[in-house]
Amino acid sequence: MNVTVKLFATFRFGRFAAATRHYPPSTSIGEVIRELQIPDTEISMIMVNGRHAAPDQQLRDGDSLAFFPLVAGG
Amino acid sequence: MEELRRYLAGEAKDGLISWATQIEAAARFRVSLARVEETALDLAILPARYQRNRQAISVGQQLKLFRGRVAVVGCGGLGGYVIEELSRLGVGTIIAIDPDFFEEHNLNRQLLSSPARLGQAKVEAAAARIAEINSAVTLVPVQAAYGTENAVELFQDVDVVVDALDSVPTRLALADSCDGLGLPLVHGAIGGWFGQVTTQFPGDRTIRLLYDRWVEGKGLEQQMGNPSFTPAVIAGIQTAEVCKLLMGTGDTLRNRQLCINLLTMEFEEVELSSPDCAIGQ
Repeated sequence: MNVTVKLFATFRFGRFAAATRHYPPSTSIGEVIRELQIPDTEISMIMVNGRHAAPDQQLRDGDSLAFFPLVAGG
Repeated sequence: MEELRRYLAGEAKDGLISWATQIEAAARFRVSLARVEETALDLAILPARYQRNRQAISVGQQLKLFRGRVAVVGCGGLGGYVIEELSRLGVGTIIAIDPDFFEEHNLNRQLLSSPARLGQAKVEAAAARIAEINSAVTLVPVQAAYGTENAVELFQDVDVVVDALDSVPTRLALADSCDGLGLPLVHGAIGGWFGQVTTQFPGDRTIRLLYDRWVEGKGLEQQMGNPSFTPAVIAGIQTAEVCKLLMGTGDTLRNRQLCINLLTMEFEEVELSSPDCAIGQ
């Protein structure tokens, strides 16, 4: 299945801004996080198709997945 | 005071009164500059310092800004710019809340800091700055940390709260306090080349959504620091949100997060809806 992955801010460093990637059916968000080697503690928010999501959620063909890093400085 | 009103009406030219006239009126009628400004605005006379606000902001809206009370929580990178902009805008009462003192590593970005002010309380520097640039505006310095226990006292009679903090747990507590007190909260956060802004209304709980996965620690600002322009950009957007909330005009970033990437110059809007909304509850 194809999933569009979108990365925000520092998550793009050494990776990409947005890409359509191929995964086996039923791949979970957590598996994508591990594949992209994003440290779990740096993720502030995950969205799938504009809705909040958790790492255990399974993806479907055509999903749009976005990862937002923790930004908290003032 | 009828005499003051007559005096201001008589001194107005093209609907404007000068700063010198405001000072003269305050001395002559033994009232505060704030009182003079409010009286003028109530007569639809605009203090000349705001003449370049005109068209964007009407005299009636300027009066709303003057009667506005805004609490700025955190007077560092974001808070310093927000306070400066609110006071130049003519927001009548600004409550500046921060327990800290200026340190050398603040100088790269914190507007209210300077070598001469190192070691000075940030809220004290804010009061001095506002007294210098717009003494018709009241800045209430509160040299204390915001906490859930003092929220009711700090935000008494406040219209809008600005989140200019630098820690996730305190931001979450502030979001909950504002939710409980029925106050809109303008959230801004920065790290390196990146920033985010959203405006939370009571019941929205959108700031909890932003930090949905947070467990502990700081964000990417810890590795990337904060250059001078990032707080300026984010604070400017936060101030525009406050301005609209006080005037009751325009569209705010309610249920929307603006993600700003100054490295690639992308401003991206992300819709924020709670998981409950997503399943139609």
